[in-house]
Amino acid sequence: MPASRVLPTEEAADLIGLVRDLVTKELAPRAAEAEATETFPRDVFRLLGRAGLLGLPYPEEYGGGAQPYEVYLQVLEEIGAAWSSVGVGVSVHALSCFGLATRGTEEQRQKFLPDMLGGDLLGAYCLSEPQAGSDPAAMSTRARRDGDDYVLDGAKAWTTHGGHADFYKVMARTSGEPGDRAGISCFLVPADAAGLTADAPEKKMGLTGSATATMRFDGVRVPAERRLGEEGEGLKIALAGLDSGRLGIAAVATGLAQGALDQAVAYAQERETFGRAIIDHQGLAFVLADMEAAVETARATYLAAARRKDQGLPFSTQASVAKLVATDNAMKVTTDAVQVLGGYGYTRDFPVERYMREAKVMQIFEGTNQIQRMVIGRALAKGAPATLHVTQQQETS
Amino acid sequence: MNIVVCVKYVPDATADRKFEDDNTVDRVGVDGLLSELDEYAVEQALQIKDKQADDTEVTVLSVGPENATDAVRKALQMGADKGVHVVDDAIAGSDALATSLVLAEAIKKIPHDLVVCGMASTDGGMGVVPAMLSERLGVPGVTLGSEISVEGETVKIRRDGDASTDTIEGSLPLVLSVTDQSGEARYPSFKGIMAAKKKPVETWSLSDLGVDAGSVGAGAAWSVVESTDARPPRTAGEIVTDEDGSGAKALVDFLASKKFI
Ligand SMILES: Cc1cc2nc3c(=O)[nH]c(=O)nc-3n(C[C@H](O)[C@H](O)[C@H](O)COP(=O)(O)OP(=O)(O)OC[C@H]3O[C@@H](n4cnc5c(N)ncnc54)[C@H](O)[C@@H]3O)c2cc1C
Repeated sequence: MPASRVLPTEEAADLIGLVRDLVTKELAPRAAEAEATETFPRDVFRLLGRAGLLGLPYPEEYGGGAQPYEVYLQVLEEIGAAWSSVGVGVSVHALSCFGLATRGTEEQRQKFLPDMLGGDLLGAYCLSEPQAGSDPAAMSTRARRDGDDYVLDGAKAWTTHGGHADFYKVMARTSGEPGDRAGISCFLVPADAAGLTADAPEKKMGLTGSATATMRFDGVRVPAERRLGEEGEGLKIALAGLDSGRLGIAAVATGLAQGALDQAVAYAQERETFGRAIIDHQGLAFVLADMEAAVETARATYLAAARRKDQGLPFSTQASVAKLVATDNAMKVTTDAVQVLGGYGYTRDFPVERYMREAKVMQIFEGTNQIQRMVIGRALAKGAPATLHVTQQQETS
Repeated sequence: MNIVVCVKYVPDATADRKFEDDNTVDRVGVDGLLSELDEYAVEQALQIKDKQADDTEVTVLSVGPENATDAVRKALQMGADKGVHVVDDAIAGSDALATSLVLAEAIKKIPHDLVVCGMASTDGGMGVVPAMLSERLGVPGVTLGSEISVEGETVKIRRDGDASTDTIEGSLPLVLSVTDQSGEARYPSFKGIMAAKKKPVETWSLSDLGVDAGSVGAGAAWSVVESTDARPPRTAGEIVTDEDGSGAKALVDFLASKKFI
């Protein structure tokens, strides 16, 4: 059952209506099969792109939808409720455009952004390396200046959309040694750059409809006009993007949990034991009630962070809280959904075991939940000021 | 070219549908939407517009209650240019004859070369309005097209019948109806949703059209629904257990009783 939502504008409500239509007719019927056969649904992203859903949080002047995060994230949640691989993909695409949109020069934005947001292209971002996950400053991929170009050498691990993307936002070292935070720069690399190849995709536990691959850079030449920000600003750009990306993952995880809850409730109304529907056994109804509370909590938490972002307030700690709460809750809710379906829940004939496998990765990527706690703990140690902010009315056109 | 697409606002077929006390369809208390069969009409109109590459304009026209603007808006979001909504309390309970009268009078006030309709409504399901419209407008009716092409002043359709496939041609102005085989309707895009907010929608009453309230509505209807009964809920299937070799006969008897054999 679709979640009930509070939306700031009529256009946002229409947008959610459009997304629900697309999701029920085009995504949901295909998810199970594509996940089972580990097939990346490139055409689904084209469909979403044509509907204008791949540029929602970016300015209209570059072809975006000019939607606040409060709305964009609820769109992601709706997609995640039907097919989390696609929800993650839309979030990763948004993240791959973030560096250019926020740190590119006007010239770079005019030149590259409209195509990236236009819906035909799909993006990826390359931060992690085999030896540098939670600690990205440990990266060793190099970008060496050579005339008007940079030449990239190294390997980027775990790239979502690796081998399928049309462009890659890549963090690489322009100076210093692994561990040095200030020597990293950010580049926008087209997929057809010579020397750029993708390994075979990882064999994963879940999220198998989303391709994840190591990207190899073997003397890849990138014109200097494709460097975003100054040399040495790469890690800062990557981490700023991750604050927003974490909100995306929180929203997708909330959708995933909602999807699992819906399956569990529907099943509990049909399945009878001891002469009554299992939802009428208090012991089971309480499991469902806790699942509902977890989903609502997750939604409220990511929306609270999103509204801070939309108001231009610092939101980095809140984004970590949202990512932590939403993904831990999704893990718990999907695990409980398997429990509600009993033995059937443990089979591949029902989708809840898949949801459980998909929830697990949400606790790992875009900063593990240990790293989120580290971010939150550091903020507590620093002591955040207790501000009072009065909401600025959003412009409605 | 000026194209008018007639669209109906109908109760959502996936929701609970009800009747009023007078056996007319409850159009107010239920979720409604642009009839799916009319989405095909909007799609064909938009495809013709795309191909014409001139200043072709598509106007959507709906006769229906207040919320029928939702159907108009959906068509505008898909890409139509303008909307007209005829709403008047006196119209409630109209039969197909009266509906076609109101539509025809509205169409006469809108510049039109081509009028496009769906094959039937998803609630009433009569499928007679397009023919009535062509009669009232005094133009050819080219109906139930599953493939449509427009060249100059000529509209050509393919009509798939059980025994044959016909090609039918007519010259503009004309009324065209299209089937659910004519091509999947497009989804609106978010840009389409935003753009639709700025597109003009006019609201007309019967007096704007010079239609006498007495000639429409339940009172003027030539046919009435006498009574309605909800379809009985589906019963559990019958299980034939074969212990003594009588299973085959039981199966055959069952199929025969349902007239399958
Ligand atoms: C399906 C999938 C898709 C991905 N997509 C992308 C992508 O598109 N782009 C990209 O750049 N990366 C991507 N990643 C990589 C992902 O972000 C990393 O896997 C993640 O950051 C963890 O890094 P790691 O795997 O190297 O684990 P490690 O950093 O080695 O961590 C191992 C364990 O140690 C814990 N740990 C580490 N440091 C600390 C600490 N200081 N305190 C407490 N605990 C700690 C971690 O929480 C974890 O439990 C993806 C990963 C997966 C699985």
